[in-house]
Amino acid sequence: MSKDYKGMWNDLGLNIDAHDGLLAVLTDAYKGIYLSQKGRPKGMDYFDFVISEVHGLRIEELINAKEGHRKIIGTFCIFVPEELILAVDGVCIGLCSGAEVGSDQSETHIPRNTCALIKSFMGFKLSGLCPYVESADLIVGETTCDGKKKAYETFAALTGKVYVMEVPNKKSDHDMELWQAEVRKFANKLQEITSKKIELEKLKEAVKIVNNKRLALQRLSRLRGNDPAPISGLDALLVNQISFFDDPVRFTAKVNELCDELDQRVRDNTGVVVAGTPRVMIAGSPMAIPNWKLHAIIEGANAVVVAEEACVGERNYRTLLDDNFTSVEEGIDKIAQRYLTIDCACFTPNNERLDNIIAMARALKADGIIHYALLFCTIYMMESYKVQNVTKANDIPFLRIETDYSMEDMGQLKTRIEAFLEMIGR
Amino acid sequence: MKRGGIDIGSRFIKYVVITDDKDISFSKAETGHDPLSVCEQLIGDNKADKLVATGYGRHLLEVRDNVQTITEIKAVARGAKEIFPRCRTVIDIGGQDTKVIGMERDGRVRAFECNDRCAAGTGRFLEIMAKALGYDINSLGANCNGDDVSAISINSMCAVFAESEVISLINRGIKRETISRSLHSSIVYRVTALARRVEVSEDIVFAGGCARNQCLVNMFQDHFQRDILVHDHPDMLAALGAALH
Ligand code: SF4
Ligand code: SF4
Repeated sequence: MSKDYKGMWNDLGLNIDAHDGLLAVLTDAYKGIYLSQKGRPKGMDYFDFVISEVHGLRIEELINAKEGHRKIIGTFCIFVPEELILAVDGVCIGLCSGAEVGSDQSETHIPRNTCALIKSFMGFKLSGLCPYVESADLIVGETTCDGKKKAYETFAALTGKVYVMEVPNKKSDHDMELWQAEVRKFANKLQEITSKKIELEKLKEAVKIVNNKRLALQRLSRLRGNDPAPISGLDALLVNQISFFDDPVRFTAKVNELCDELDQRVRDNTGVVVAGTPRVMIAGSPMAIPNWKLHAIIEGANAVVVAEEACVGERNYRTLLDDNFTSVEEGIDKIAQRYLTIDCACFTPNNERLDNIIAMARALKADGIIHYALLFCTIYMMESYKVQNVTKANDIPFLRIETDYSMEDMGQLKTRIEAFLEMIGR
Repeated sequence: MKRGGIDIGSRFIKYVVITDDKDISFSKAETGHDPLSVCEQLIGDNKADKLVATGYGRHLLEVRDNVQTITEIKAVARGAKEIFPRCRTVIDIGGQDTKVIGMERDGRVRAFECNDRCAAGTGRFLEIMAKALGYDINSLGANCNGDDVSAISINSMCAVFAESEVISLINRGIKRETISRSLHSSIVYRVTALARRVEVSEDIVFAGGCARNQCLVNMFQDHFQRDILVHDHPDMLAALGAALH
């Protein structure tokens, strides 16, 4: 980190000693997993920098934004429309976390049999380790899976700044009505806390910013379809993880720069691995930063991850927002429509996800699919069986993994994944 | 040329050397606390021209030059196929893991399933249970001719909980042989559930140290309604497969 941020962390009420420990662990993990990779694109330098400043410069930016009367809105789900947040000059920050932190503390508030992602955000709060949660003015929850829905009640009591959006469970007409009303209510909430009115021009600009981010991420995804893959799955995952908390305009520019470089690699027919390396697609639960476990195992075994069918991944950027609207009202309806296309496993039925998985596997030339569910993530675990059936029907090798953030099952996971790679190896 | 395969398991290290005329020599030693030296010892006693490592500790040997590694899943499938050419399914119960492997006709692995992360239903589990019942592990499988087990059942596959179930059954005056039989059938139940997921076909080979347990073999035979093939050294197959890789 470029300078001493202790004062800032203190002001945010972080537990300084524990926080130092956390950063030290993170720095080591990052060195071991990321910086040791070979043939990384130059364009990753920026993202390395972002990580090195994840609790430093970026937090300082947020504090400056707050001083400039902008609001920081924390989210846990890709259903929360970033466009609306930008339309009131807010800053949208994804708060999901992928580190095993404060689990002993979180277990005094939620059951042990809760998915690691939920345990992690509770743990971060309870142990005073997340400067993002502390700087947020509003934290937006949603009624997606049962675990999150109930955890938000506790989280609201702990932070006093939680607002919950109701996401329907189905996608029929009256679900759409409910969701449109929810999006409208959220827009009002944002206008209320910022004392700003959403103007058409501003909304259009916000839509453009977020669409451009999606386009850049789509471009990155398409490039991974080349053999040899021009970028590692680990690096691509990192870019996706950073998309949830970096400044969107700067981020988009940096992703496009990275893609220019990858374009050149493709023209030169070079990559991070040799052509013919087994290509794996991952489908399932989100991998929040710094959850790099599965990618590290797969790529450590000389294969390459070419896609993430997940919220930190394709689900986040697959669909653009139709910017053809002429009033704020109409714009809000378009937003509602766009977000209800998301194929999260919390919906029933959710058959479009199966089609999307097969289409992605084909487009990205995956040799096999690993379905990844966090332990106790019932909705994705349930769907994994349907995914297995459709991969079988399409002759795509399939492996189901259920795991969490701990390192206990590394040996077993390695064996299963390596055996899977032996199976799909060309 | 002499080809070597070494299988570094959680309880034993198995070493196979195979010559061009398919002459197989097999040795093994306990893994202990210093598996690397155990490997060096085994390898040193019968040097091979080429060495492939497999098993839980396969990466240990990567420090040596030109040692390739493959997983025990691929290795045991290869070894089973070598000895039993018609084999399409392998049940492997080792010290700390259980797996069922389905193969294509040409021997390629088509699907596999492993037990969960703990030692439930593995060799280690049987060892602890044998102790609780006062049997030697090698005679456990010969001592399960008790009464019909439907009267009692061991519900837990967790070694710690199962051990206390066993103790309370002993205290209820249930015969050791009956308890032992029940333990075996709960393992078989577990393994056949895994097998259902890989779809059993043609000949079934039972590999791993636990294949010496005659009670398990009989129960699998009953369940699958066909012969279960067991090699004289059932724990050698993964090392053999590695050697042949
Ligand atoms: S998996 Fe579902 S609930 Fe979780 S972030 Fe994605 S859309 Fe939201
Ligand atoms: S990973 Fe699954 S269980 Fe966990 S918060 Fe997301 S949807 Fe819920």
